[in-house]
Amino acid sequence: MSEYNMQILICGGTGCKASESEEIRNSFTELLNEYGLEEEVQVVTTGCFGFCEKGPIVKMMPDNTFYVHVKPADTEEIIKEHIVKGRQVERLLYRDPVTKSVVHDSKHMDFYKKQIRIALRNCGFINPESIDEYIARDGYQALGTCLSERTPEQVIDEIKKSGLRGRGGGGFPTGLKWEITAKVAGDQKYVVCNADEGDPGAFMDRSILEGDPHSVIEAMAINGYCTGASKGLVYIRAEYPLAIARLKIALDQAREYGLLGEDILGSGFDFDIEIRYGAGAFVCGEETALIHSMEGCRGEPTFKPPFPSESGYLGKPTNVNNVETYANIPVIINKGASWFASIGTEKSKGTKVFALAGKINNVGLIEVPMGTTLREVIYDIGGGIRGGKKFKAVQTGGPSGGLLTSEFLDTPIDYDNLIAAGSMMGSGGMIVMDEDDCMVAIAKFYLGFTVEESCGKCAPCRIGNKRLYEILEKITEGKGSIEDIDRLNLLGNVIKDASLCGLGQTSPNPVLSSLKHFRHEYLAHVKEQSCPAGQCKALVKYTVIEDKCTGCTLCFRNCPVGAITGEKREVHFIDQSLCIKCGVCFDKCKFGAILVS
Amino acid sequence: MDIINVTVDNKPVVVRKGTTILEAAKSIGIKIPTLCHMKLDDLNIENKPGGCRICVVEVKGRRNLAPACCTEATDGMEISTHSIRAINARRTVMELILSDHPSDCLVCAKSGNCELQDMAHRLGIREIHYKGEQSTYREDTSPAIIRELNKCILCRRCEMMCNEVQTVGVLSAVNRGFTSVVAPAFEMNLDHSVCTYCGQCVAVCPTGALTEVDHTGAVVRALADPTKTVIVQTAPAVRAALGEEFEMEPGTLVTGKLVAALRRLGFDYVFDTDFGADLTIMEEGTELLNRLSRHIQGDPTVKLPILTSCCPAWVKFFEHQFPDMKEIPSTARSPQQMFGSIAKSYFAQKLGIRREDLVVVSIMPCVAKKYECGRDEFAVNGNPDVDYALTTRELAALVKVSNIQFRLLPNEDFDHPLGESTGAGVIFGTTGGVIEAAVRTAYELFTGKELPRVEFTELRGMEGLRSATIDFNGMPINIGIAHGLGNARKLLEEIRSGKSQFHAIEIMSCPGGCIGGGGQPYHHGNADVIKKRQMALYREDTNKTIRKSHENPYIIKLYEEFLGQPMSEKAHHLLHTVYFDRAH
Repeated sequence: MSEYNMQILICGGTGCKASESEEIRNSFTELLNEYGLEEEVQVVTTGCFGFCEKGPIVKMMPDNTFYVHVKPADTEEIIKEHIVKGRQVERLLYRDPVTKSVVHDSKHMDFYKKQIRIALRNCGFINPESIDEYIARDGYQALGTCLSERTPEQVIDEIKKSGLRGRGGGGFPTGLKWEITAKVAGDQKYVVCNADEGDPGAFMDRSILEGDPHSVIEAMAINGYCTGASKGLVYIRAEYPLAIARLKIALDQAREYGLLGEDILGSGFDFDIEIRYGAGAFVCGEETALIHSMEGCRGEPTFKPPFPSESGYLGKPTNVNNVETYANIPVIINKGASWFASIGTEKSKGTKVFALAGKINNVGLIEVPMGTTLREVIYDIGGGIRGGKKFKAVQTGGPSGGLLTSEFLDTPIDYDNLIAAGSMMGSGGMIVMDEDDCMVAIAKFYLGFTVEESCGKCAPCRIGNKRLYEILEKITEGKGSIEDIDRLNLLGNVIKDASLCGLGQTSPNPVLSSLKHFRHEYLAHVKEQSCPAGQCKALVKYTVIEDKCTGCTLCFRNCPVGAITGEKREVHFIDQSLCIKCGVCFDKCKFGAILVS
Repeated sequence: MDIINVTVDNKPVVVRKGTTILEAAKSIGIKIPTLCHMKLDDLNIENKPGGCRICVVEVKGRRNLAPACCTEATDGMEISTHSIRAINARRTVMELILSDHPSDCLVCAKSGNCELQDMAHRLGIREIHYKGEQSTYREDTSPAIIRELNKCILCRRCEMMCNEVQTVGVLSAVNRGFTSVVAPAFEMNLDHSVCTYCGQCVAVCPTGALTEVDHTGAVVRALADPTKTVIVQTAPAVRAALGEEFEMEPGTLVTGKLVAALRRLGFDYVFDTDFGADLTIMEEGTELLNRLSRHIQGDPTVKLPILTSCCPAWVKFFEHQFPDMKEIPSTARSPQQMFGSIAKSYFAQKLGIRREDLVVVSIMPCVAKKYECGRDEFAVNGNPDVDYALTTRELAALVKVSNIQFRLLPNEDFDHPLGESTGAGVIFGTTGGVIEAAVRTAYELFTGKELPRVEFTELRGMEGLRSATIDFNGMPINIGIAHGLGNARKLLEEIRSGKSQFHAIEIMSCPGGCIGGGGQPYHHGNADVIKKRQMALYREDTNKTIRKSHENPYIIKLYEEFLGQPMSEKAHHLLHTVYFDRAH
């Protein structure tokens, strides 16, 4: 790629950028000039490495040294030690949380050991703003192969054989979807990339677009070739500025290289891509709503059929795939369907990207083969539960998914197993909960999201979710009844059964699955007016343990609402009518004299 | 094959491919309840957003319930419309809708006519198990329409009428989730928007969310005021629809009972807007002939086609949307306003009273007439030519509150002089009627010959856009007709692009014309009602002895005694108007 002897790769994902990765980069560049090393060492801003927990991350190539939590001030030491003297800066190396020993490179880190990166293959390796680097890693080879050596039918066949299923949530076979759109007659067809990732805690698609935009562009062009579409549209939320900026750069480069535009690679195939911005509505991830939003209409779903493949954008046949689905396509073409199909389980092939979040040690972006168990993801890759707490459940599929408890820890993750277990793959959010999480409050959190994000078109979703939320509110305030719990079940099932689109049809899942697995927690809220996890403020009571109180006045002085009274060296008292349950007294007390009940 | 077999509630049914579950069930007498869905056959109007979810049914093998109104039946489909699962979902959804709806039915303007109320009754809802926050929204009062959106159930019918049928584009859903509401852009009030007050949103609203401004109280007060002479005019379409409010068959003509009821309500004189219609023909017909003869003489400045101007919603529509073409419509005022103007000048003089002591009330099938009579140009020194415009529905309410047994009333005749009218005036109430009336007079004035036949069936019908060529003694006159503002827009765009071949175009805002007006008894989605009203008006025309406006003896007398000639200076002053650019 260059005459450089060394490369410094700096994560330029949104997370690391927020932690000054740009300053780190600037500092490296300046210092390298100062040291006269600019001809030998190249500084590259890459996409996300995935290990966000440890960001900002700096990786030294070719020796793969993986520096974590790097600060701009650390750059001089890295240059002086690592580059000049060839010695690793030990204090910046990753330490295995269990063995406490340093791990020198990413290959030997548990976080990466079990991952297979197909969709994320280039994230963290190349400069996403350089088409040459993408090409150097086999980029646009698949498009070339398709255009010069294969008919659209052959390509579709290859995708079908690979067993790739939609990574946006539904899991519909991708090849079949392409075939349907290809077979519909139309003077103008469209292919659309759904980049409207909106689940709380999910950032798979954003990371791919930030780290490897060309893979999506290449796949869309292949999709256009297969379906007979000359136009592609990327629907991306406007609140992803970095992804948009990199995508724009990539589009310009692809046009400049003749990989988009007229007569691509002399094949006679014309294809170009436009960007459409979404204003950040979860429902616009639903394909009909997405299409309406692109048309400039209100982002709300319409009844299917007609499916977009028959009548989509501007009434024309339209194929909609999500970012991650697209990112898999070039690799399938390059390495072959049978290679791809050899990874994964019987009905779910390849890998899946997950955004690991919640009460887990290694928060980040991971890609694992289908069939990996939850235990491997949470304990091996995720490094287990934070603070040594006990695992309680994991929510997959975002607000549309459900909870998986410890009984499912050894279930291989794939589309069908997750549905059988009462959850779903969704787009790949994975939020881990520990013993401190109240499942009623979690259900309420997710439902709160859905209530906000419902478009309001159909009555069960618009009003039903609101009522579900209100019942949960009652329960978390200790005002619920047994009938309310039954009502949650009944109403939740009707909302699923009668709603117009996927949003409403799945929105009660967090409630229903928490009811199924953690009914006892609901009962405790209702029967005993207590929250076993101590999370529901209304049910928590702070009192002073008289024997332990020394009358130090610390709680009294820190209480923000003046709910604590008492003289020096006398037992203090918390006025329950004033207490807002902020917990400051508990945190401040040095004598363990505050009882939380 | 285009034929498919399905079973509905275990009954086999053969339907054409493309039939919805709702239609398939209907064909064998199974009526699946619907709320948001509305279909006006022959008018090409359908609302099926699939939003209310009341019509959900169980389909064997399907993961979730299917909305019957928008799910196509497929071969071999086994449908259950009243399984426990379907009924449970339907009732739950109904309870949810009711949980976000005020329960002030007893005092709601829509009580007795509310489709939500009927549905709750039909589904046997006796308790609402869901309680919680209810939507609240400020009340928005305009000159003609009141929006009480806390009563809105988001069926989106109004939105469909406003956007797809009328292409006015004022109403659409804004906000999201529980706070969704149908409103003008930026949630501005209706009177700041480009709303035409056509009232088609009111006509299709299933609840009390959209209603007309109620002027009955003001009319009752005027009637009770001994210092005032109160006269009333009734539009043609009213007589073909009012009976529906008293359980009479749609299409029953109640002209005589209408007059009797108005007299019993205490109006001093009961007149007919048809007189105003005949007068409109005199003015508008003359204007048409003027423009035609100038056209024939090769005057390049002449504006053709001439467009009718009887419909206030239509007038407001082009003032907002086509202000560059405001010179094209006829300058003739609408029959309501011609009547008011003559009443407060000619008739007041006859009575020897000041115009301020004469109160003119009109009974209209329309809500836009409320707005029209309040336009500044239709007042003299602040005193309006027409004081109050009541809808057909408001009149029915007045009759009921006054203990009048409408069905038992005798038939009575209108008073003179402003109660005499011709068959031409009567058909003003239906699409095609104004232009047919105009042709009857224009032909005779243009050719100087008597018409061999007065009925121009080629101008009649329910098609949204129609055209015909009438032979004016060797001169072919091309006539266009549009009802529904969306159709009007098409003709206007043709004119704007210079492609229009028409000499005269009739435009009415409401589908069907005034018989389908926003102030008429609610049709509840049954287009037959509108068609029957149309037939009634043509019947009334046939029964009239005089069927051409220029033969109305009181019209002739009015010109002799007061106006002079059509388009005279006095006529111009009293019977014509100007239009405003409301786009800028």
